[in-house]
Amino acid sequence: MNLLTVRGLSVDYATPNGPARAVHGIDFHVNQGEVIGLAGESGSGKSTVAKAIMRILQPPGFISGGSVLLNGRDVLTMSRSDLRDMRWTEMAMVFQSALDSLNPVLPIEAQFQDLAIARLGRRLAPAQLREFLRFVDLENRVLSSYPHQLSGGMRQRVGIALALVLKPKLLILDEPTTALDVVVQRHILRGLQRLQKELNFSILFITHDLPVLLAMSDRIIIMKDGLVCEADTPSALRRRPEHPYTQQLLASMQLLEDGGDGSPEERT
Amino acid sequence: MNFLLSKMGLYAVAGWAVITLNFLIPRLMPGDPASALFARFKGKLKPDAMEALRQQLGLNDAPLLKQYWDYIAQLAQGEFGLSIAFHPEPVLGVIKIGFIWTVGLSGVAVLISVVVGTGLGAYAAWRQGGRFDAIVPPAVAFLAAFPYFFLAMILLFFLGLEWGLFPLGMAYGPYSAPGFNGGFIYDLVSHGFLPCLTIVLASLSGWLFVMRNTMIGVMGDEYVCLAHAKGLSRRRIFVAYAMRNALLPSLTSFGMALGFIVSGALLTEVVFSYPGLGYLLLKAILSQDYPLMQGIFLMITLSVLLANILVDALYYVLDPRTRGGR
Ligand SMILES: Nc1ncnc2c1ncn2[C@@H]1O[C@H](COP(=O)(O)OP(=O)(O)OP(=O)(O)O)[C@@H](O)[C@H]1O
Ligand SMILES: [Mg+2]
Repeated sequence: MNLLTVRGLSVDYATPNGPARAVHGIDFHVNQGEVIGLAGESGSGKSTVAKAIMRILQPPGFISGGSVLLNGRDVLTMSRSDLRDMRWTEMAMVFQSALDSLNPVLPIEAQFQDLAIARLGRRLAPAQLREFLRFVDLENRVLSSYPHQLSGGMRQRVGIALALVLKPKLLILDEPTTALDVVVQRHILRGLQRLQKELNFSILFITHDLPVLLAMSDRIIIMKDGLVCEADTPSALRRRPEHPYTQQLLASMQLLEDGGDGSPEERT
Repeated sequence: MNFLLSKMGLYAVAGWAVITLNFLIPRLMPGDPASALFARFKGKLKPDAMEALRQQLGLNDAPLLKQYWDYIAQLAQGEFGLSIAFHPEPVLGVIKIGFIWTVGLSGVAVLISVVVGTGLGAYAAWRQGGRFDAIVPPAVAFLAAFPYFFLAMILLFFLGLEWGLFPLGMAYGPYSAPGFNGGFIYDLVSHGFLPCLTIVLASLSGWLFVMRNTMIGVMGDEYVCLAHAKGLSRRRIFVAYAMRNALLPSLTSFGMALGFIVSGALLTEVVFSYPGLGYLLLKAILSQDYPLMQGIFLMITLSVLLANILVDALYYVLDPRTRGGR
C-alpha cells in the first residue's frame, strides 16, 4: 500500500537573481513498512526534498509545484492545524545536523516532556522514557544530561528517539550517521532496522553512503542536480545500473572495496 | 566551577588595578593640586586636617611603597579621609549617602531598561517584518540618538517646567520627612520618575537591538525549527527555546555596557540635581575636593566591577555549558 506518494515536486530557493530551482518535478513513492534509500551527490537536493515533504522548508526555500500525498491526503495543501496533527504522528524527521537539533539549555528529559506535553497532553512516565532510550541503546543518565554533555553519536540517537515518541508511520532520516565513526554507525543502523521490523514503520533514508543503502534498503532512489535519475532495488542497481552517474557511484564504491584495482566490468 | 574561578581571578586583578590607579593618579598628576588647595583653604582647615590631606595626596616624604602600603591599610579600614567640600565630614559618610541614591536610581532604571528592552527586542524578532517590528525598534533607536544630558533637559523642560507634571529636581521635596509612609514614597517616586525615565529611554535601544538580532539568529537555528515541527506551543518555543538561548549573548553585552550606563546616569543626576554620586562628583570637582573625587571614582569603578561579577554569575546559572561537565 502506498504510504507516501510524491508527484512532480518542485522546490525553488529565492535568490537576488530570481528563483533558483533545486528540485525539478520529481516523482517517487514509499510503501508501508518499506525502507527507501535516497542517495546522490552533495547539493543534489536530498535535504530539500525531505524538508519539502515535511513542509518545514525555511525561507528562502519554497515549494513551487507538485503534490505530496500521505495516506491520500495532500500535505502541501493542509491547514496549519492539520499539519501540526500530522507531523510527528504520521511522519517524523531526524535532521542532518543532529548537533544543532537539540535545545542547548534544556536537559534531554525536558525535551522529551515538551513534546509529550504538546502532543499527548501529559508527561511521559519514567518507564516510557526508559523504553525510548532503550530503542536507541542509550543509558538512563542521558535524561538528566544537557546536549553539550553528550557525544555527537549520542545526540544523534537522542534525535532518533525523539522522532519515535509519537510512533510515526514514516521516519525521514537525513544523513543520521554522517558524524559518526563506522562502528557506532553500524550499531545505530542495526538498531534502527530491528526497530523498524518491530514497529513496522517506513523509513526514507538519506545518505551518501551507498554500501549502507545497498545493504539496508528495499529500493534506492538516486538523485542528481534536483532530478531522480534512477530508482530500483539494490540487486537490480548492482546488476545493471542504467544512469552514468549510478555507474560511477558503484564503480567508485567497488574501487574502494577491491583496494583500488578492480573495475565494475570484472564483477558480476 | 573552573569558569567561575578563573573569572574571579580576572576580577581580582581588575579590582587591584582600580585601587592602585586611584592611588597613583593624584601622585602623578601634573601641577600640584595640593598647593592650590592649601592656598584656598589657608586658615580655614585645622592643622590636623591639613596634615591628613597632605598625607592623602601623596605630599609626604615617605617612599612610594610605604605610602602605597598605608593607603591600602586605610582603605581596608574604610578610611577615605575627610571631605573638603563638606568639611569636616569624612568622605566615606558623604559617599555612602550618594551611593545609596545612585544605586537606587540607576538600579531601578537599568532593571526596567533591561526587562523592557529585551522584551521588546524579543517580541520584535518573533514578529520579524511585522508592524511592531517596523515601528518600535526605529522609534527606540531615535530616542537613543540623543545624549543622556540632552534627553534629561528635554524631559525636564517639557514634563517638569512647561507642563509641571513632575518636580524639577532633588530626590524628595523640602517638606517631606524621610520615612516609610505613603506620602514620602509618593514623593520619592515622583522625584525619581524623570531621571529614571531619562536613563531608561537612553539605554533601551542597546538591549532591544542586541536581543532582536541574537533572537533572529536563534530562531533560524535547527532546534527552534524542529520545535515548531514537533508542534510545541508557540509560548513554550518563544520562552524556552528562542528567548532563553538569545538571552545568553545579550547578557555578555550587558556587562560590557554597564559602564556607559553608569556614566550616563551620573550626568542625568547632575541635570536633575539628584543627590547621588554624579551630583557629588560635580560638587567635588567645583570645590577641588580631591579626597572626595578619589573616593567617588573608587566607589564607581568598584561597583561596576561588582555588577559585572553578578552578571557573570547569572550567565553561569543560565548557561548549562559553563557549569562544566564532560
Ligand atoms: N537556504 C538556501 N538558499 C539558497 N539555496 C539553497 C539553500 N539551501 C539549499 N540550497 C541549494 O539547493 C540545492 C540542494 O541543496 P540540499 O541541501 O537539498 O542538498 P543535499 O542533497 O542535501 O546535499 P548534502 O548531501 O550536501 O546534504 C543546492 O544546490 C543548494 O545550493
Ligand atoms: Mg543534505
